[in-house]
Parts: sequence; structure tokens; C-alpha cells
Amino acid sequence: MATSVITGTAKAGTSVSLRDVTRAFGQVRALDGMSLEIAPGELVALLGPSGCGKTTALRIVAGFEHADSGQVLVDGKDVSGVPAARRDMGMVFQSYSLFPNMSALDNVGFGLRMRKMGGAGRKGRALELLEMVGLADKARQYPHQLSGGQQQRVALARALAIEPRVLLLDEPLSALDAQVRVQLREQIRSLQQRLGTTTLFVTHDQEEALSMADRVGVMRAGNLEQVAGPAELYARPATAFVAEFVGTMNRVPAELAADGTVTALGTSVPVAAVKEGAATDAAPGPVDVLVRPEGLSLAAAEGGNGIVAGRTFLGAVTRVSVLLSGDAEVRVDVPSTAAAALAPGASVQVSLPPAAVLIAPRRGAGEAATVPVG
Amino acid sequence: MAPVSRAVTRPMTSPGAAKVPRRRAPVAVWRWVILLLAGAYFILPLATAQRFAGLSSFSSVFTQPGFAASLWLSAQLAIMTTLITLVLMVPTTIYVHLRLPRLRRVLEGITILPIVIPPIVLILGVLQVAPLWLKASQWLLGLEYVILAMPFAYRAIDAGLRALDLKTLTEAASSLGAGWVTTLWRVLLPNLGTALMSATILIVALVLGEFTMASLDLWVTFPVWIVQFDQLDAQMSVGASLFALYATWVILLAITLVGTRQARRTGRGEVTLFTATRIQTTVSES
Amino acid sequence: MGAYIALGLLIPLVAIVAGAFQDSATGAFTGANVSIALHGTYLTGFEQSLLLSLIASVIPGVLGLLIAYAIFTSRASALRQVVITVSGVFANFGGVPLAFLFVSSLGSSGLITGWLSDAGLRIYDHGFSLYTLSGVALVYMYFQIPLMVLVILPALEGLRPSWREAAENLGARGWQYWRHVGGPVLLPSFLGCVLLLFGSALSAYATAEALTSGTIPLTSIQIGSFLNGNVIAGQENVGKALGFGMVVIIAAVMGLYVLLQRRAAKWLR
Repeated sequence: MATSVITGTAKAGTSVSLRDVTRAFGQVRALDGMSLEIAPGELVALLGPSGCGKTTALRIVAGFEHADSGQVLVDGKDVSGVPAARRDMGMVFQSYSLFPNMSALDNVGFGLRMRKMGGAGRKGRALELLEMVGLADKARQYPHQLSGGQQQRVALARALAIEPRVLLLDEPLSALDAQVRVQLREQIRSLQQRLGTTTLFVTHDQEEALSMADRVGVMRAGNLEQVAGPAELYARPATAFVAEFVGTMNRVPAELAADGTVTALGTSVPVAAVKEGAATDAAPGPVDVLVRPEGLSLAAAEGGNGIVAGRTFLGAVTRVSVLLSGDAEVRVDVPSTAAAALAPGASVQVSLPPAAVLIAPRRGAGEAATVPVG
Repeated sequence: MAPVSRAVTRPMTSPGAAKVPRRRAPVAVWRWVILLLAGAYFILPLATAQRFAGLSSFSSVFTQPGFAASLWLSAQLAIMTTLITLVLMVPTTIYVHLRLPRLRRVLEGITILPIVIPPIVLILGVLQVAPLWLKASQWLLGLEYVILAMPFAYRAIDAGLRALDLKTLTEAASSLGAGWVTTLWRVLLPNLGTALMSATILIVALVLGEFTMASLDLWVTFPVWIVQFDQLDAQMSVGASLFALYATWVILLAITLVGTRQARRTGRGEVTLFTATRIQTTVSES
Repeated sequence: MGAYIALGLLIPLVAIVAGAFQDSATGAFTGANVSIALHGTYLTGFEQSLLLSLIASVIPGVLGLLIAYAIFTSRASALRQVVITVSGVFANFGGVPLAFLFVSSLGSSGLITGWLSDAGLRIYDHGFSLYTLSGVALVYMYFQIPLMVLVILPALEGLRPSWREAAENLGARGWQYWRHVGGPVLLPSFLGCVLLLFGSALSAYATAEALTSGTIPLTSIQIGSFLNGNVIAGQENVGKALGFGMVVIIAAVMGLYVLLQRRAAKWLR
């Protein structure tokens, strides 16, 4: 049970459910029977490319869009008929949502004013919140006098001032500089944890989602492909799309044997199960092995199975692209000190370490990526 | 193995679509009421005038003495004003945008001046100081029309320039060896097409409708010519007025269509007619 | 370009200002012209002109705002384009043709007047007249309202939807949003546009002239009559004094307008 910093009383968190929500705009199905359960106090991130429906889902929860079918439940009660102004949710928009004619203080206090709080109380609480986001000294400034990052912090304070049951964030960091983004990320997360507010966070930046969320829902074409904690999402993606969207993923052509092992790059390794006890029911034959850049080994060797095509310096590691025989290309992460010796055109040997790997059906031309990984 | 996407175990039982408070309905009704009332106010005088004039006065407009002459005079003035205004304003505005950004505010201020001096006052002063040889010719009107057109032309050209990345384009052109004139002629002007079109439309509309200065300068331009029937034949006056209105519409529509088609070819979007009538000073974007 | 303006605009302006303070016979400096311009029928002319401009700017201002809002909130972009284009044409339509249009419909022997009369409503007997100040104002609306629609639309488009949604999210109803956010943000632009309309109404000449032929004292028409030679001997330069007065008023109005627009631009960025 999280404690509300402001009122000092214990506050039970709020649960949010989406049940089979569908929404179409003309011919386009923005949401296709999406269902999601958010536990009290949890921060769930909706991650996906543009057009996947994540913002639509958020706006339906907020009350700015209505669902064609399906339900939105808050603490078990259907809120579909409740207007946005009465849902008691705080929302932070992508940019420029602060009222330009009011100071930061008045902006933060606006929700309180709508709830008929008196002037002195309003001012006090607004200042408290501005302090929480570190902008108490800018209370009298107007939005056009504040930087992008500062504006978003004020917007956050404004949303939290009303002690909302649910906090909704619509790509709040997308319009900001990289460095500001990282700082703000941490601030939002620590604030959210301190207050224990149930939060739904929409983003297209997987780094953001993975670093902030308790659970991440990867969306594509109107529905969720996988909802899991960041580590599980990274290590055990449920579909090839998730595998390739979250982090970098290599696809290596391989052969699946009848005994459940797969042979690639000259090694035979067992196939990893995605979920406990799930059966691997892919038929023996050609498949693709999915492995991360840090999951492959690379060594310089005469007559190896690949040639170095390029190197990208990433700091501690260097990502080396290797052209394998058969025209497949893989990326391998190598410590930068070792990578210095690998010039483009050099012959190398890429190999799979003896650990279980994920497989997916061999991708031909035009095949959909939403195939199960087993 | 099925993709992991459903976290719900309970079957879906929502009866019917989600209900949403119908907030849209009242707004929609109110909007149409206003537009209908406005439409009535604007169309009614037109319709009754048309009724009053009858259709016969339309055709006879063309046969009235002086029709062709006055129309020709207005056309000449329109062409003259447009040419002078554009030749004057485009290079200057570009130059200021590029080299002297500080002067932009000053330039804007200067182009607002003509608004401050109503045409009626302007013609008073002009007739005071103009040399006799100029006063006797119709070109004086054209010269003064340029002054009247300046604020609108400036707005249109300025809007067009802001949409371009002026600095980058000129630097690219000069790095490839183009001189000032070539850059202007081959790079900037083609990209300013929409803005120039808007400016031309505004200028033409202005000249074809300008009455005050022309009548007091005693030149029979088209608008002035229309008035002459006032005494003789009321129906003819109204008919001629309607003709002027329709003709202006047709011309403006034609220019817009040509401009839009051209703009679509170059990917610059539609010609936004008349948005340049707003005179505005903005906080300078440094 | 500066040279052109100097020749075409400033020199006539200087001539007017100079002439306003010159005795027409001797050329000596005198304040008499200005003094005459501020008294008698000329004073009435100023008063009537200001009153007319006030009516013909505030009312079309509000109506134009309503119309602009009506199309702004519409989803059909075709409707918006049509209204914008139509507004553009009507905003430039004035003067004699406009006057004729109204005379033929609402004049004392106009068609609409006739129909209403047949239906039993003699509007002219009830005090309505196209040839009075209110009648002229009614005709002015024909180009003032479209002008307002055109100039206020960009300001309306500057109202970000995220403000509306943020307000809603924080619990505000429709009218509360307008009272606390939408209204205050729009106000400077609105006032500025009304001022623009005011200047436009004040400068208008042709329409009023065609309608009233001088029966109502209006400054712009009075200036015109000086050019037509209807002058009392010795008062030839009073016209210039009138012109000077007009320029002063409009300059003040436009100055205010610029200030308001700057304020609005800061918020509507």
C-alpha cells in the first residue's frame, strides 16, 4: 500500500482493465479486441511502432475517444459512460499542453480549482508539487519562459496535483532532448513509485519502456503481442516481431532436427522453451535461429564462415556486422579493444555458444512476422 | 504455440457497444444554425438584386458604351500594379530575410503604413503633389495602387519565404556556382510560386474593386464605369454590379485552380487564398 | 523600395500634414484649419464616423468569431475551404456595387421591402432606413463579417487541442475551459481584429457615398467633397486637416493593434 505524500493517508491503488476493446477509424482498425489488466500501483508501458494503436488505447482509457466495443473498467466499474472530466485521471500530453495564459503555479492548481479548492490551499499544494518536480523557483513563470523539459515537469505536477486514481502518459518525453529525456525518465519513475499511482505509459522508444516499466505491452496493428516484464521480454520474446522490435535480434538460417536440437553455424544446440512447460511443436526442417548480438561469439580465423562487413563503435562494445556464406548478415557485439583488430574484409568465424536458443519459422519473402516463436 | 497476448482469462460479456455521452449533437446543430443564418444574410441581397436586375441586363452590359474601355483600363492597371509590386517587393523581401534579419520588423512596419492612410486621404495628398504630366495620365493610379497593394503582397511573400528554408537553398545554389540573379530566377521564384500566386490574386482583386481613388482622380476604371448608370437605369446598375461580382469570382477561382494544380505538381500544397489578408506583426523569431 | 514608398506615400502624407496647417490663401502657418475641422458639421462628422465604425466593428467582430468558430470545429475541410474562399471574395466586395445590391433589396423601393410591405410589415414606417447610420452599418457588415472570419481563423487555429483536452482531463466543463483558458488566450487576438475592423470601417468611402450621397455627415465623405470642389472659399485646406485627423486616429488604432498582436503571438506560438 503506497502512501500519498500529500495527504499522508494510506491509499489503495486502482486497477484498470481493458476488455476486448475495439476501435476503428473508417476502414482502419486502430484497436482490434485488445485486452489488458493493470494491477494497482503498477506502471505498464505500451510499446510499439506508430500506428499500432497504443495512443488510441490510452485516449480511450482517458475518455477522449470512445471504444466501438469492449469495456474499460476502473476498480471493477465500467467507466465507458463517464465523461473525461469526471474520470479522475491525470494525463500528461506529448507537448505544449500547459495553458499559456497561466503561470506554472496556476497551471498546477487548475485541477484543484476545478475541484473547488480554496485559493490558499490550492497555492500550497501546487507549490508542494512543484517542489516535488524540482521547479518551485519557477512557480511564477509562464510556459513560454520555460524549456521543454521544464514544461513537461510542470505538466506532470499538474496531473499529479489532483491525486488521480490513474496516471496516463502519452509519449511525454518524445519531444525532448536525449539528455533531458533520461533525467526526466528517472524522475517520473521515482515519483510514480513514491506515490504508488497506477500508471499507463505510451511510447515508441523501447529503451524508455524497458527502463521504466514494471511490465511492457508490445503492440502491433491494434493488438498486444506480448505483455511481460522487461527482462522476460528481452530474453524470451513471444513472437518474432517482439524479438526484433525489442533490442537487436539476428536471424541465422538453421536446420531443426527431429530430436529437438537445431543446427546453425556449425553447432547443434537445444531449442529454448519460451514458457515453462510449453511444448515445441515446430516441424523438423529449415528454421531461423533468433539470437542477440551479445549471444554470438566472434573470432578472427582464416577460412572462417564469414567476412567482416563493417564496424559500429558503441562505447564499451563494438557491433561488428558479418556477412555469412549464403548472404545472411549478422551483428555481433565484441569488446571494443578486440574489435580494433577486425578490419572490414577480414575472415572470421562466428559461432553459437552451447546454450538453448529461440527459433522461428524460416522467413521467406512476404511472410508475416507475427509467428509464434517456440 | 499461441502467441502470448491475452492476459485475460474471463470470457467477454459486454452487451452491445460501449455507451458514450452524445456530446457532439448540440454543437453540430448550433453550427449549422449559425452558418444558415449567415448564409441567408449574404445570399438574400444577392438573390434579390439578381431578381431586380433580371437576366436581360446582363447581356446588355456588354453592349453599353464604355464597357470595353473601362474594363481594359482596369486590366492594364491590374497588370501594371502586379508587375511593379512583385518586382519591387520580392527581391527586397528576400534580401532582408537573408542579409538583414533585424530589419524584418522595420520592413513589416513600413508595409503597414499604407493601411494607416486611407485611400481617400491618400488621393487627396497625391493630387496635391503630383506633377501635372503625371496627373494627366492614368499611370498615376497604377503607381498609387502599388502602395495600396503593399501590405497584402508583403504578407503573402513573407509567408511563402518562411515556408522555404531560404538560407539553405541560397547557400546550396551558390556552392554550385549560381550568381544572385540566377538563384533568384531559377531557384527561389519557382519555389515561391504559391506565394506569388496569392499575392497576384490579392492585387488583382484590389485593383478591380478600387473605386475611391479612381473616381476622385477622374479616371473611368471598371468600378467607376458601373456607377455611371446610377442615374440612367437602376436595373442596369445592379446588373453591372452583379456582373462585376461574378466576374471577379470567376477570375479568382480560375487563378486559384491554376495555382493549385501547379502547386500540387511541385508538392507545395494548395493555394491558400486570402489568408494573407491578415496583417500581423509577430514576435521576431530569432 | 524605400524610395518608392517615400515618393508614393510619404510625400503625399507630408503634403497633407503641411496643408492642414497652412492658410490656403497666404500659405502661412495657421491652426485655423484644424480648428474648423474640429467643430460644427466636421465635428459631427467625426462623431458619426466613430460611432459607425464602432457599431460596424464590434457587432461583425462577434458574429465573425461565431462563424469562424462554427467552421473551425467542423471536421469537413471542404466546408472550411469554401467558407474561407467565399469570405475572401466578400471581404473585398464593397463600394458602389454593394450599395446597389442593398438598395435594390432593402431600399425604400427595394424588392424585400416590397414583399414585407405586401405581408403587412412596412419597415420604413417603423423607423428602419437604409440611408441612416444603422442602415449603413448593416451594409458594412457585408464585408466586415467576412474580414473578421479571415483574420480570426489563424488565431482560432492557434488554440491547441491539447489545452482543451488537458482542461477536460483536469475536470473542466466546456464553459470552464473557455472562461479560464480559451477566452483569455483568444482575447488579445479578438480585440486586435476588432480594431482592424474599426480602421477598415473608418476608412470606407465608396459604400457610404453611394448610399447616402452626403446626407449623413461622415468624415471620409466630407473629405471627398473637398476634392469635388464643394468648398467654401478660404477653407480649402480644411479637407487636409480632416485627412490629418483621420490619419492620427487610425495610426493610434493600428498601434494598439500591433501591441495586441504581439501579446497574442507570445501565447499562441
